Amino acid sequence: MKVLVAMSGGVDSSVAAALMREEGHDVIGVTLKLWSGPNGEAPTAGCCTVSDAEDARRVAAQLDIPYYVLDYTEEFRDGVVDRFVRDYGSGRTPNPCIECNRTVKFDRLLGSLAEFDSEFLVTGHHARNANVGGKWRLLRGQDRAKDQSYVLSMLTQGELSRVVLPVGELTKADVRTIAADMGLRTAAKPESMDICFVGQRDYRGFLREAAPEVFEPGRVTGTDGVELGRHDGIAGFTIGQRRGLGVALGEPRFVVRIDAGSSTVVLGRRDELAVAGARVSQLTWSVGHPVSGRVMAQYRAHGEPVEATIHGDRLLFTDRQEAVAPGQTVAFYDDDMVLGGALVADTFV
Amino acid sequence: MIYLDHAATTPMRPGVWDAMRPFADDVFGNSSGVHDVSRRAKNALEEARERVADTIAARPSEIVFTSGGTESDNLAIKGASLNRRSRRGVVTVATEHEAVLETTDFLRRIGAPTRLVGVGRDGLVDAPALFDAVDGDTAVVSVMYLNNETGVIQDIPALSAAVRDRHGEVLFHADAVQAFSSEEIDVARLGVDLLSITGHKFGGPKGTGVLYVREGTPLEPLLHGGGQELGRRSGTHDVAGAVGLAHAMEAAVTDRSRFRSQVGQIRDDFEKRVMVGIPDLQVNTPELNRSAHHLNVRIPGVRNETLLMRLDRAGIAASAGSTCQSGASEVSHVLEAMGLSPGEARESVRFSFGWNSTADEAIEAANVVVSLVEELR
Repeated sequence: MKVLVAMSGGVDSSVAAALMREEGHDVIGVTLKLWSGPNGEAPTAGCCTVSDAEDARRVAAQLDIPYYVLDYTEEFRDGVVDRFVRDYGSGRTPNPCIECNRTVKFDRLLGSLAEFDSEFLVTGHHARNANVGGKWRLLRGQDRAKDQSYVLSMLTQGELSRVVLPVGELTKADVRTIAADMGLRTAAKPESMDICFVGQRDYRGFLREAAPEVFEPGRVTGTDGVELGRHDGIAGFTIGQRRGLGVALGEPRFVVRIDAGSSTVVLGRRDELAVAGARVSQLTWSVGHPVSGRVMAQYRAHGEPVEATIHGDRLLFTDRQEAVAPGQTVAFYDDDMVLGGALVADTFV
Repeated sequence: MIYLDHAATTPMRPGVWDAMRPFADDVFGNSSGVHDVSRRAKNALEEARERVADTIAARPSEIVFTSGGTESDNLAIKGASLNRRSRRGVVTVATEHEAVLETTDFLRRIGAPTRLVGVGRDGLVDAPALFDAVDGDTAVVSVMYLNNETGVIQDIPALSAAVRDRHGEVLFHADAVQAFSSEEIDVARLGVDLLSITGHKFGGPKGTGVLYVREGTPLEPLLHGGGQELGRRSGTHDVAGAVGLAHAMEAAVTDRSRFRSQVGQIRDDFEKRVMVGIPDLQVNTPELNRSAHHLNVRIPGVRNETLLMRLDRAGIAASAGSTCQSGASEVSHVLEAMGLSPGEARESVRFSFGWNSTADEAIEAANVVVSLVEELR
């Protein structure tokens, strides 16, 4: 088959490309150019640096597959960075890497497959995509510690039918062994953890530089509404934050709520952080049909799933949960199988 | 492979590599040495300089060997600007190559007054605006002879004469990197003080180039050191490169009239075919003042990135005219300056033909372009 491999320059997508090539498929490698600084410079941290593209290019050359760099900087700016700024400005906690996967990597590349004369999109995500009785099932990766099914939880049946995830059956150690055996230069490459356009600094530093207008001073209050201090912008806070609150109190306080309308940051005790449930938006059922009732819900990329029930857009946790923030992605599971995904719209106690 | 990206680089002409080989081998001497092997290298270098000078009607002492077009552009503009205490300004055109634009921007950052003049829809520089931009602060005016993305040819003799009439002290530099294959280069007729040429655009080796520096032109060197090239460019000579460059320049001059008619015909036939096959295709290369070997077209609704990739898969090499270091295609500043929107620029592709292009391969390529565009729509 004809496949397009999204190569980030990391070991996982390198091995994904290598495995497809070994199986005799017609493989094209692409790297997405997503972000450049104000003077056009490429990022030096995160998943898309200059040296990453260079690594991808070299691996493609070694595998003897055609390789292209696609300029998706406009799509990335509009779909990911602007949204990141907007979300923080309205008191939400966005996950730009998930947004990038969804709106740029999968949406755009799947939409472009025909243009590139390819049938399938291959990525290096640690997740499994299996066809069972004509239905596509997205499963957690074999390596539970490296599982990335959470970030793919909003893929539809139509999308899953055109996505191949070759490294999902492997552990990260397997991936590195294969890469080393094949002599791929990315075999021992460390993983990137930073947000590419933010880099190694604090995300607040990026926001202050890129969008100073989202920093509007406001009040810091307790849950009783009594003012405890002032802040210089809600964009600098996330739900569950404990440090850098700018107010000194006798006992630990956490950000329990952010009210964008009145530009208020609400602090509370740890037990006030817990929520009973959430209303979700952009709900997508990967399994192809709506699910109602008991699910396992995971609301952080590396968090453990927790028991919950879903009815429509209303998610109710069996046990109250701490630090569930509007803007976060929540993925629904049945054991290892992804049922679907959504964004947290707001929470309720 | 059908290679239609000759404006990016073109294969070496026959005999060039053979002419160079002795100087990468037996005659390895440093041309500044006092012994036989160095003298032989020095002789070859100076003979190459004379041959190069002859091809552009210059004197040998006016030839500075460089590493190519980028260095020649840098040396011309920085050299002219940095040489003076006052009057350090640069006037240039929005459609210049990055080697000129970025050099100009560097000089702006260190305090030189710089001005960028626009072009019309036809790619020709706004001449009155250019003349108005030149003033008592201007050290050098830089205009590209033949545009690398579109093939637009500027009227260098008229521009240089008009600038000189108004401001006799101002130096005139022409970036002629794309012009040597097809245009007769006579430095006196062009009226230039400085002229940049690179070897690999017409069948010479990469990493070789020339800056013509009219006798008596004050120029600050960029590379200080052993004082080679009369102090204008230090560094041990690439004798093999200079010999290969001279050989290729002579070959290109000999081949020039054939190139203009034959390669021009191949380009015209290709153009007709794609125009007929793709009725809404727009030709960005203007009808007048165009080179023999460039063709820049816009295919509405087809992103150039996609078309180039599909062409590559089909064994045809073309380009978007402007690519960044990563290999991603960028919005062309040349097309934007000519009035195209960023979206239109992203639908534009450059096909460029060269000394070894054939009619058959151009026809085949045109047919592939037409059928790929049908498929992509």
